[in-house]
Parts: sequence; structure tokens; C-alpha cells
Amino acid sequence: MPRITLEPRFQVEYLSILDSDGNLDTALEPKLAGEDLRALYRAMVLGRRLDERMVRLQRQGRIGTFAPTKGQEASQMGSAFTLRRIDWMVPSFRETAAMIWRGWPIEKLLLFFAGHLEGGQPALDQHDLPITIPVATQLPHAVGLAYAAQYRGDDVVVMAYFGDGATSEGDFHEALNFAGVWHVPVVFVCQNNQWAISVPLKKQTHSRTIAQKALAYGLPGIQVDGNDVLAVYAAAREAVDRARAGDGPTLIECVTYRLGVHTTADDPTKYRTDEEVAMWEQKDPLTRFRAYLEKRNLLEANVEQRIDEEIAEAVRRFESAPPADPLTMFDHVYAELPADLKAQREAMAAREPAAPARTGEMPPPSPTPMRGQRLTRR
Amino acid sequence: MAAMTYREALNLALREEMRRDPRVFVIGEEVGLYEGAYKVTQGLLKEFGGQRVVDTPIAESGFTGVGIGAAMVGLRPVIEMMTFNFALLALDQIVNSAAKMYYMSGGQFNVPIVIRGPGGPAAQLAAQHSQSMETYFYHVPGLKVVRPTTPMDAKGLLKSAIRDDNPVIFIEAETLYSVKGEVPDDPEFLIPLGKALVRREGTDVTVIAYMGMMYRAMEAAEELEKEGISVELVDPRTLRPMDTETIIGSVRKTHRAVVVEAGAGFAGMGSEIVAFVTEQAFDDLDAPVERVTGANAPMPYARNLEKLKTPSKDKILAAVRRVCNANGS
Ligand SMILES: Cc1ncc(C[n+]2csc(CCOP(=O)(O)OP(=O)(O)O)c2C)c(N)n1
Ligand SMILES: [Mg+2]
Repeated sequence: MPRITLEPRFQVEYLSILDSDGNLDTALEPKLAGEDLRALYRAMVLGRRLDERMVRLQRQGRIGTFAPTKGQEASQMGSAFTLRRIDWMVPSFRETAAMIWRGWPIEKLLLFFAGHLEGGQPALDQHDLPITIPVATQLPHAVGLAYAAQYRGDDVVVMAYFGDGATSEGDFHEALNFAGVWHVPVVFVCQNNQWAISVPLKKQTHSRTIAQKALAYGLPGIQVDGNDVLAVYAAAREAVDRARAGDGPTLIECVTYRLGVHTTADDPTKYRTDEEVAMWEQKDPLTRFRAYLEKRNLLEANVEQRIDEEIAEAVRRFESAPPADPLTMFDHVYAELPADLKAQREAMAAREPAAPARTGEMPPPSPTPMRGQRLTRR
Repeated sequence: MAAMTYREALNLALREEMRRDPRVFVIGEEVGLYEGAYKVTQGLLKEFGGQRVVDTPIAESGFTGVGIGAAMVGLRPVIEMMTFNFALLALDQIVNSAAKMYYMSGGQFNVPIVIRGPGGPAAQLAAQHSQSMETYFYHVPGLKVVRPTTPMDAKGLLKSAIRDDNPVIFIEAETLYSVKGEVPDDPEFLIPLGKALVRREGTDVTVIAYMGMMYRAMEAAEELEKEGISVELVDPRTLRPMDTETIIGSVRKTHRAVVVEAGAGFAGMGSEIVAFVTEQAFDDLDAPVERVTGANAPMPYARNLEKLKTPSKDKILAAVRRVCNANGS
């Protein structure tokens, strides 16, 4: 019996279009309209400025623990920008910039991070899943959404986000395996930010790339410069188009860096050097993209200032929200209120003062029609 | 009415619900071509095709998560666990996603899934294959947990579970699949979740049991009748939400209670039932409530040990005699 070398045609591409020195590969440069480029930049700046503001709000005790985005704006926005409104975005817990772009009002996200249930409530026409905390568990859900699309004959595409650490979880592998076997329209976007809390990538996996993990499941994998918004966009555009055309899932690895803390409960000086952070600051996705827009004469005047005003307004609206109504604890545990919860709710209602009336600005907490009873078909 | 096995009753429920609602589909290991490890999905692939009867890779967390995702956008998956012991691999998806999604999305995404399959003691299937798994699930707010004892219950409760807007854990039993009983033909025959059933009326003592233990309690009750002890048998059918009213009502009538459960007794279903009976009907009791439970040990493989581990008719008889001989009446 022979012992021969099989020749599976495996390859993993790396894509970079605009590097940190401002060099541009014009042959690969995506054909985006000026208005689109401006919108992308605005969304990235909004992500950065809001992130910085949220860290301050957290330090002041006005919101709870959260996972900052800083440094990952290009990975998030380059990919999310390729989605239509009816496509689905499935976040993990660090996609604030992309979530705002997808339609979460800023004050609603702030409410979420302050613990209000309505903050986690996407608008009825918004095809976004809420934030999820157990690492990688959202990935099988994304495959489920895509299976449902296939089941109904919808042409929606699902884009799911996760980190480098998540690729060690079983749910990551199970999701890629299902997506491969069923050939469903999912784009898996890994934001490889080099760290999973204090664990560096080399302790997470012995693979040369994360992208190559796709190959084992029979799907294409591509590694991109995750701080190059043009490269992320180009790779995502290709993957989304392929998925929509019925040609199956893709794994995109965005090589990026978490410039800030893991969460506001973390102190990264304990496990990484200032030099490393400084090195990645040189590759800041915003600086690079700004220079590109400047060169193309597309930079809007005062864009940062206008964004800061927008954030300030949202923070004001957020601050005017009354504290969470104690009785909402029992809302949405079940589709109906079972007897034991009803009794506990009544006991609490008798103990706790009535909740203050809400301002008209916030969406009412209930009743909302159950999402599951709607079809996603256009 | 037609006489059929528990297995056939489940199959009929699936078939009727799949005919009625195109959003219902079945997914799991070996559910298609092989027609289920216990043949519950017999004939479904042929009738409904591969998109609605889906054989999956062996990945419990994966296919449970996929089902949750599909349910969030309005499909109604019925997920088969080859046995519930393997649902432990999907516990995070069930507890952290299925049970929490509706709550954490502020009511925007409900998860109308049914997770079904056999659980509990079987015939020499040993420690990793015979566990009474309901204890892992009924603790979790957001889940409903059903244990259907008879073919009629299997049909009526499974149909209700499929139509329910919440995630439902539906645990059958290897040892009951071939049990026969009368089952209504009506495709609109439903048994509401959260309603207990008095299976046998009696006046001296209430015995609360479900699944195989109910059949054992039934035999014990016949024997006790001859001794002049009249046993009322209550089957909770749904463990969460629990129909405490029916159980309390029965205890108020008989003033005595025994809970029988197959699993290990520590922090089991019996503990919960004894707790609420004591809280709500203490003054009605003429004797302490007794529990007859499995030993607090893994299920042995050896046939003789397996028999000893699980509550026997004799143990039920002894417990009932003890509470009936206690002071108070
Ligand atoms: C299942 C699970 N295990 C552990 C954690 C705790 N935890 C939260 S974030 C995190 C690191 C995740 O790293 P990565 O996937 O790279 O994402 P990043 O935080 O870098 O965006 C860990 C271990 C969790 N949330 N869920
Ligand atoms: Mg990471």
C-alpha cells in the first residue's frame, strides 16, 4: 500500500491595500463612492470618540463594565459596512462602533451598559442580535439565522463577530463545521486583536494564522490587515457577495490590536509592554484612513467636533432616563407570566415604590410583539 | 381514540405539527435516514424531506445553538438529543442562550424550541447514560420542563410544547417507548403545559410521581388498596412551571404525602415538592412528607445494582405505610 502525499489545494491569502505609511495599492483599491468613504470615516471616528467617552462614564460610575473598541474600528466598520439593513449582524461584546452603524441609538447602548433591559432591545426592523457574553456561543446562532434564511429562500447574509480567543472554543469549530456542511450564507469575522485578556495569541493556538482554520471545514479563509479599512472592506465585500450568491461561508481574520483595556475591569500593564502598544499605535486605523481621505480631498471640516456634539446630546438623553423599574425584573422571563413569577412580582410591587414615569424619548419596555413571529422575508 | 405506543404517539405529534405548521422542523443526530436512535422520527424524512428533517454532525452545542438561532427568527425547531445525558454538552446554549435571549433582548427575540429525547434510568446503560436530567434544567428561569408519563401525555404535551413560545425541555424515557395506551386521534388534542393530573383518586395519602415511577406507584396503590389504604396519585407532568395548586389541593384532602423520583434524592424534584407542600400546607399535614428517591450514587452498570439504585415498589409501599401509620388521625 502506498504512502503518498495528497495535494489538497489549500491556500490562505493575506490582503493589505493601504499600509500605515500611506502606501496605497491602487490596483486593489475598492471602488467606493466619496460619500461612502466619508460615512465610513464618520462611523470610525464616532466609534473611537464614543469609546473614549464611555471609558470616562464608566470611571465615573455612570455605566457598568464594558469592553472598549479602541484600535479595532477598521475591522468592525470595514466589514459591517458591506451589510444591507436586512442582513443580520451577530456581535460578540466589543462591536460598539459597528452596532451604532447598524442602527443602535447611542443612548440605547449607554442604557444597555447601565443595565437597562430596553438598552438590549433592538428596534423591530433592525436585523441585529443583542450582545452576548459567553465567548463564541453566538456563532452557532449565526448559522441558525443563515439556515433559516436558506429554509425560507431569503437572500439575507449573516455576519458574525468574535475574537482570537474565541477560536479555541468548541462553538467556533462547531459553527464553522455546520456552515461548511450546509453551505449557508455566513461571514465569520474574527477580530484577532492579539490578546484574550492576558493570554497572547501564541498561547491560544499553534496555527500560523486563524484564517487557515477555515480550510479544515472546507471554506475559504483570508487574513487581512485589520487596521486597513479598505482591505477589510474588500475582503468582506467579496465574502458577502459570495454568500449572497449561494456560494457559502467565509472566515475573515482581521489582524488588529486592542489599544485599550480588555474591559474597564482590566489593567493591561500587568501583561504587555508599553513598547508593544506604542508599536501598534503607529498602525492606528484612523490615522491611516484620515491621511488617505485628505489626499483624496474627501475630509469633511469639523467632523470630530460634530461627532462630539452628537455624543454629548446622547449622553444627556441617557442621563435623563429614570432608574430601571424594579418590576421589569419579571418582564420577558417567559412569553407569559407563570403563577410563581406573578406572585413574586406582586410581592415586589407591594414592597417597592412605584417606578417614576418615563420620558417619551425611550421606547416603552413592553409590550413588544415577539420577534420570532415575524418573517424575515422581504 | 386509538391504542398506540408512546413512541408512536410522539411520532404522531411531530407529524401532525409538521403538517400544520411549515416552520416546524426536526434536527439532531440520526433523525433522518436512521429515523432516530429510538425510532421516534420514523417516516418523517420521507414525508417532509431533508430540509425539515435534518441529520447533523455530532455536535450537541452546535445544533442546539443553530436551533436557537433559527428559532429567534421565527422557525420552530424540535431538537432531538440522542439521550438527554448528552444535552450536557449543550448546557451553555440551553441555559445561557435559549433561556436568556427573550429576557436579555427586552422581549425582542423569543426562542420557541423544543429539546426532546430520552432520559432517566434505562436497562443497563450505566452511569453516563441513565441520569435523571430534569434536575439540570428545572432550576433555570426561562425554561419549561416536561416529563410525559403516558402515550396520551406524550402526544398532547409534545404538541403543546411545539406550539409554546418558550424553550421547552421535553424528557421522554427509554423504558416507556414501547408502553401502549389510548391516544386521541384529534389533531387538535392538546394537553396544556403546567397542568398536573390526578391519575387515581384516593383519600388517605397523596403520592406524587412521574414517568416510570408513576407506573410503580400505580402498582403499589393497587396493593395498598387491599390493605385498606386509599392512595391518590398525582402526576405533575410539567415540572416547570409546576402545578402546585393541584398537588396542594390533593394534600389538603389526604393530609399525607409521599414523593417518588427516580434520580438521586439530594436537591432533587422531591426536595422542591416537599418544600412547597411544607410552606403552603403545613397545618394540613398529619405526617412528615416522605421522599422515595434513587440512591445518591451514579447509576451502576450491573443489573442487580441498577435495580437496587432505583426506587422499587417495595420502597414505595414501605414509605406509604410509614406516613399512614404516623400519628395525627
Ligand atoms: C465561555 C466563556 N469563557 C470565558 C469568558 C471570560 N472572557 C471574557 S472575554 C475573554 C477573552 C476573549 O478573548 P477574544 O475572543 O480574543 O476576544 P477579545 O476580548 O480580545 O475581543 C474571556 C476569557 C467568557 N466570557 N465566556
Ligand atoms: Mg482577542
